[in-house]
Amino acid sequence: MTSRPNLATETLLEMQRRMLRIRLFDERASKMVKRGYIPGTVHTSIGQEAQVVGACMALRPGDHMSGNHRSHGHPIGMGSPLGPLMAELVGKATGVCKGKGGSLHLADYAVGSLGESGITGSSIPIAVGAGLSAQVLGEDRVAICFFGDGAANQGVLYESMNLASAWKLPIIFLCENNHYALSTPAHTVTGGRIVDRAAGFGMPGVRVENGQDVLAVYDTVSEAVARARRGEGPTLVEVMTYRFREHSEGLRINVDYRDAAERELWLSRDPIQMFRTELIEMNRATVEEMDALDAVIAQEVEDCATFALESPDPAESVAYDDLYSDHYELEDVL
Amino acid sequence: MSVMTYIGAIGAAQREAMQADKRVIIIGEDVEANVYGTTGESKQRAESGDFVQQFGKMRIRNTPISEEAMVGAAIGAAMTGLRPIVDLSYSSFLYMAMDQFVNQAAKNRYMFGGQSSIPVVFRSAMFYGLNTGAHHSDRPYSMFMTIPGLKILAPASAADAKGLMRSAVDSDDPVLIFEAVPLWGQKEEVPDEEYHIPFGKARIRREGSDVTVVGISGSLPLAVQAADVMAESGVSCEVIDPRTLVPLDSASIVESVKKTGRLVIAEPAHRTCGAAAEISAIVAEKAQPWLKAPILRVTAPNMQIPFSPALERHFYPTKEKIVAAIRTVCGK
Repeated sequence: MTSRPNLATETLLEMQRRMLRIRLFDERASKMVKRGYIPGTVHTSIGQEAQVVGACMALRPGDHMSGNHRSHGHPIGMGSPLGPLMAELVGKATGVCKGKGGSLHLADYAVGSLGESGITGSSIPIAVGAGLSAQVLGEDRVAICFFGDGAANQGVLYESMNLASAWKLPIIFLCENNHYALSTPAHTVTGGRIVDRAAGFGMPGVRVENGQDVLAVYDTVSEAVARARRGEGPTLVEVMTYRFREHSEGLRINVDYRDAAERELWLSRDPIQMFRTELIEMNRATVEEMDALDAVIAQEVEDCATFALESPDPAESVAYDDLYSDHYELEDVL
Repeated sequence: MSVMTYIGAIGAAQREAMQADKRVIIIGEDVEANVYGTTGESKQRAESGDFVQQFGKMRIRNTPISEEAMVGAAIGAAMTGLRPIVDLSYSSFLYMAMDQFVNQAAKNRYMFGGQSSIPVVFRSAMFYGLNTGAHHSDRPYSMFMTIPGLKILAPASAADAKGLMRSAVDSDDPVLIFEAVPLWGQKEEVPDEEYHIPFGKARIRREGSDVTVVGISGSLPLAVQAADVMAESGVSCEVIDPRTLVPLDSASIVESVKKTGRLVIAEPAHRTCGAAAEISAIVAEKAQPWLKAPILRVTAPNMQIPFSPALERHFYPTKEKIVAAIRTVCGK
């Protein structure tokens, strides 16, 4: 039973808004890397917006999320304002992490974003811990961890799944299967299907075959969330999706590791275009309204870039703050 | 005052912390059955009530043998409202969770711009000198000292263990407490009332004027014994226990060396990049003009730990080795 007829129009439009934010934010970030405004590297979620937003929209305020190196979509999907995120990518004082995290380490506790991670699989048990605290404190909240098909081969995932299952923690393990760990095709380094591994830990495993359909993701994750809230424990959700761009911005790989036909097929399944068409066909919005929505988000992204570029650099002293919660002698650090 | 063992003091601190704050939980391998004696009255388990009976299974939990998930989950739980104590039993097991210690516990507060507090305590025990072989004998506290963001404790007595453990639970930062198993059974008078010992405050175990002897963890009692021996030779030793290695009370050590002009440091860890090496460097930087003799370290060699008692017994600092070092720097 799909949620399509039941969801409020505003909820559907919010899904499109968040997907557009991710798309346009990442397109803008990509340009800013190219022009030298963003130092270091970034990994875009372009092409994976439905998978991110469908999952995040299934949560509610108070829930927690941990992410990974493909790191901008998750906080945006959770509802984080764009300005401090872009300022963080540029390394400014107004960044969501004061300029100390950067693209790979975005976190916005205000929206339940406990942090992205540059180490593959490393933040998975952080979400498990958020589920543990919910259970011990008797708080009605769940936690989701996003990880890729690459991280699905990290041992820490299986330790985490086992622990979450044994303790019936309210967790959603969400595998963003975009088919490639950098240049390595997932099927060449993965035994069996990732989703089937859930059975080994006594938890349900559900695969969303069309991860470009935001409502398909939303429906599946909503069910997993409901199960977690009922105290029935974790669920593994594997979402099949595709990244439209290279692994990271500026990366040049001379070997064509992606099959051309496969690529064309996935590129034709643009989650934002698909959902726009669907909303119009469902009579939830007119073409004009969707155009207007596009323009609003484009302006939001334009504004966030301006905010980031016009913000001051962090003061040098900021580099020496926040190591510990209490005062410490700087000479012990230097 | 009551007389308590070092391990008993750790257990008492855990009980007090559990009673004081519902957010405190204990997770680890075999904590429910109180295998190591820190989660209940070890002998009268059924009668006087162990931690499971007292606090319930929601707050005392056996974990699977999954150090990485256990440590990571504790970090995540600490970031979202709990104050977990993780019992990792052997210090050598910390390596299984290295990514979580280094990349999550130590970095999250800093790299997220201070958004997260991480009030979590990681207990582990250094089973050295007990013929447990190379996999169980590690004293890795100095490895963890090199990771900014972690607080590192190495109590050397029952009273310190109890007060430091309470402060560790109250700290909003990740704390690793390294217990010296050779000291677990050692007794000391411990105040009956609850108390906390602040981090970064060394304990001067003995005042003296001729040589400063810093003793770390299990080497501290040996340093005190060495001071007794030297007193018979008319050498006055000032014995200092740093108690916490991060933060380190370098000021007390430097001040002492300025008074005595000599320094011997004893610790059970490896020589290279050990706590003794760091303290030596600090004193060399800050008190070199006052030094009347080279600084000497008494440590374990940079060698893996052999199993045979015949081989292992020579490895760690002993009273005799510390005495010999003191004699050397004092020219006696």
